[in-house]
Amino acid sequence: MRVLFHDPELCIACRQCEEVCSETFFRQADAEKSKIRIHESEDGLHGAAFCNQCGECIDVCPTKALYRDKRGVVRIKRDLCVGCLTCVGFCPSLVMYWHADETVPFKCVSCGMCERECPEGALEIVDVEDVPAPAEPHRTIQQGVK
Amino acid sequence: MAENGGTPRRVLSEFSYEPAAAQKGYTGQTLYVNLTDGTVASKEVTEEMKEKFIGGRGFGLWYLWHGVEDDTKWDDPENEIVISSGPCGGITQYPGSGKSLVVSISPLTNVVIDSNVGGHFGPLLKAAGFDAMEVQGKADEDVIVYIDGTTGKITIEAAPDVPVDTHKIGHWLIEDMAETEEDRYYMSAVSAGSGADHSRFGCLNFSFYDRRREEPRFKQAGRGGIGTVFRDKGIKALVVKTDPIRGDMNHPAEPARISRVGAKMHKEIHDYDDEQCRMRKRGTTYLVQIMNDYDLLPTHNFRYGSHEDAPKINGDVWEHEWFTQGIPDGCWYGCTMACSHAVDGYELRTGPYKGECVIVDGPEYETLGGCGSNCGIFEPWAVLEINFYCDTYGLDTISFGTGTAFVMECYEAGILDKEKTGGLELNFGNAEAALELLHQVGRGEGFGLIFGEGIHRMKDIFVEKFGADRQFLEDIGMEAKGLEYSEYVTKESLAQQGGYGLSNKGPQHDEAWLIFMDQVNNQIPTFEDKAEALHYFPMWRTWFGLCGFCKVLWNDITPPDNALTDEPAKIPEHVQNYVDVFSGVTGRDVSKEDLIAQSERVYQFQRVFNIRLGYGLRDHDAVPYRSQGPVTVEEYESRAERYDKQLKEDVGVDPEAMSVEEKVAALREYREDQYEKLIDAVYKRRGWTMNGVPKRETLEAVGLDYPDVLAVVEPHLDA
Repeated sequence: MRVLFHDPELCIACRQCEEVCSETFFRQADAEKSKIRIHESEDGLHGAAFCNQCGECIDVCPTKALYRDKRGVVRIKRDLCVGCLTCVGFCPSLVMYWHADETVPFKCVSCGMCERECPEGALEIVDVEDVPAPAEPHRTIQQGVK
Repeated sequence: MAENGGTPRRVLSEFSYEPAAAQKGYTGQTLYVNLTDGTVASKEVTEEMKEKFIGGRGFGLWYLWHGVEDDTKWDDPENEIVISSGPCGGITQYPGSGKSLVVSISPLTNVVIDSNVGGHFGPLLKAAGFDAMEVQGKADEDVIVYIDGTTGKITIEAAPDVPVDTHKIGHWLIEDMAETEEDRYYMSAVSAGSGADHSRFGCLNFSFYDRRREEPRFKQAGRGGIGTVFRDKGIKALVVKTDPIRGDMNHPAEPARISRVGAKMHKEIHDYDDEQCRMRKRGTTYLVQIMNDYDLLPTHNFRYGSHEDAPKINGDVWEHEWFTQGIPDGCWYGCTMACSHAVDGYELRTGPYKGECVIVDGPEYETLGGCGSNCGIFEPWAVLEINFYCDTYGLDTISFGTGTAFVMECYEAGILDKEKTGGLELNFGNAEAALELLHQVGRGEGFGLIFGEGIHRMKDIFVEKFGADRQFLEDIGMEAKGLEYSEYVTKESLAQQGGYGLSNKGPQHDEAWLIFMDQVNNQIPTFEDKAEALHYFPMWRTWFGLCGFCKVLWNDITPPDNALTDEPAKIPEHVQNYVDVFSGVTGRDVSKEDLIAQSERVYQFQRVFNIRLGYGLRDHDAVPYRSQGPVTVEEYESRAERYDKQLKEDVGVDPEAMSVEEKVAALREYREDQYEKLIDAVYKRRGWTMNGVPKRETLEAVGLDYPDVLAVVEPHLDA
């Protein structure tokens, strides 16, 4: 299954990933609409918060709008979503995002746009065999999924 | 002929409209239906209504006030059933925002009843273009009212072949009325059942489609007999259908403000529910053990507060042995408290549907207390079976449970016997007899017809027909204003005796639940303290029902630092959440004090309404002595140490020199006097005369200086 991996050793917090992500999905450069969020750290090991496709949100969705696609990526059926934000509050990693302009929450779908855009090679889409365990907030970030 | 899946229906009346989208929580339109002459019309919701009555119960009272006469009875054609959610009803981001309030004149109390209910009808009604639905008149034949918000068409249809019982209505709705799978998601029906035809405590069921179970589910507007009014009007079902629901359905003024507190609240539930009430796993059943531990669980018609068998029906049993786990059991989208649990695949053992495998919605605490412990029934299957049949017959489980406990005590006291009950051996604990009684109500037969009158009228019948002792029945019949008590023992909490007795609609705990503050934590020791609590909490709890909110989200989960706040009982952080959501939806900048002021206006209005209908005075706030103290020697002796101590310390008499009968009498004299003193203090705090009439200045202060409102109280003020 396709999962994004982030390497803090390589990340320079240039935030080009945030920009390309929001431009891809919302046609505007707005970090508040990015599905990946960079957390800068004074020690230089910057973190990144994004979905690791653990799928915890699937079972709590009251409308069955969340599902895992053939590639293992957790996605939202927009026509079923009622915008209740249950998945936002129940995401163990706090990486299901919402924005006041949008009625549907959003999350990383491992599309790879940020991987292509990252100047340092800090982001990579990888194939993993098993569904990742739910991660504590920001642990995804520090440890990646490899 | 209107026909979807095969059950024929005949259109009697038709109305076309342009569905209005909600703006800042209101569509600005109310649907008016008159079943006598077939009128269907749209009425404007005025700015004054929004400003002063907010929505929900407020709108219900406003329409009912203008729809009825001073002498209107529950079964007069002009009586109404008004359904309204409220400006925040239907938002999906904040949990517990899908409630509706139903208002009518009650067959049990002859005054206004308001009953709150989940399910999808209220929010979908708004999505179909209406803030409220007002139903008046009586149909000549059984009808359904079908509101199709997708086409802007409303019809009243003769429906002789549509079923009456609710679980059958549910299947008719999804199999017959819905044409596609998606239709099922966005349809809801209101229904009662055959029991509502034969009793005064009929309830309404509001359906929602459970996408995981792929079955219809139901929540109940249980209290006060509105299902009886519904069937008396000849209604089988109200049906609404809408386009798909989206997260911005209410078009709130500040979406971000709502989403911010909504997401925060979801996270709070995610993080703390497991270690607090475990509502997501067992719902309100968690209360059984707590109430039993504190001697508050009604047992054997409220004689006692605990029973050794209570653990057989406590929350652990329902969580681990009965409720299906892991399903989002909210009764409206986004309710992560998810307390609407269900038992799946239950095979019915009795009655007309014996052998059917069904979903049982619940049981909730009130059903376990009422139909379980209060009747001495501690077998989970029996409570489930009663729960299911009450729902499908359209009967309130609280009135059924408290009523059954009453007739069981009458049976054991010899007031009733097998001859009088037509063979029912109504001993405490006899689940089979309780179920047969229930089926008799469903069929409209035998003792079930007497029972269906409710406790208040059964007392008269037992005195007149069976020569029963009036005083004994008045003491043990757990009703006030004609409404059966909900399921908490109040003997040791004077404040909660008032919480029940001084409520507008009758003894239902949704106005005030002060037992822990009062009895357990001793936070409100003086009469003035209790009166303040009996002002604040009824006003606060009323507010949920103006807006479309569920009370459970306020205090069945608390922020981890709540105990460190100035007023933990009020849960300040959650109150602020509601300020944010209300302001965020309506765009009205309010403070937490404003919320109480909004409620107080509606609350005072309801009191005046009761007076207008010939009730609502001090005499009507009386309570049965069973709610205040031990009626019988047996009850006294069961807690003799407690009562003896009180006689010595509070009453100032020496119990050792007294017979038990003398002790019962002395305690009674003291406790009844305490209740009167409480009434004095509460009336003063609420701005009422000592006869319970809101003073002119009280009404003026809350903006109720309407001539017709003042005209109701003035004769009483002069007196």
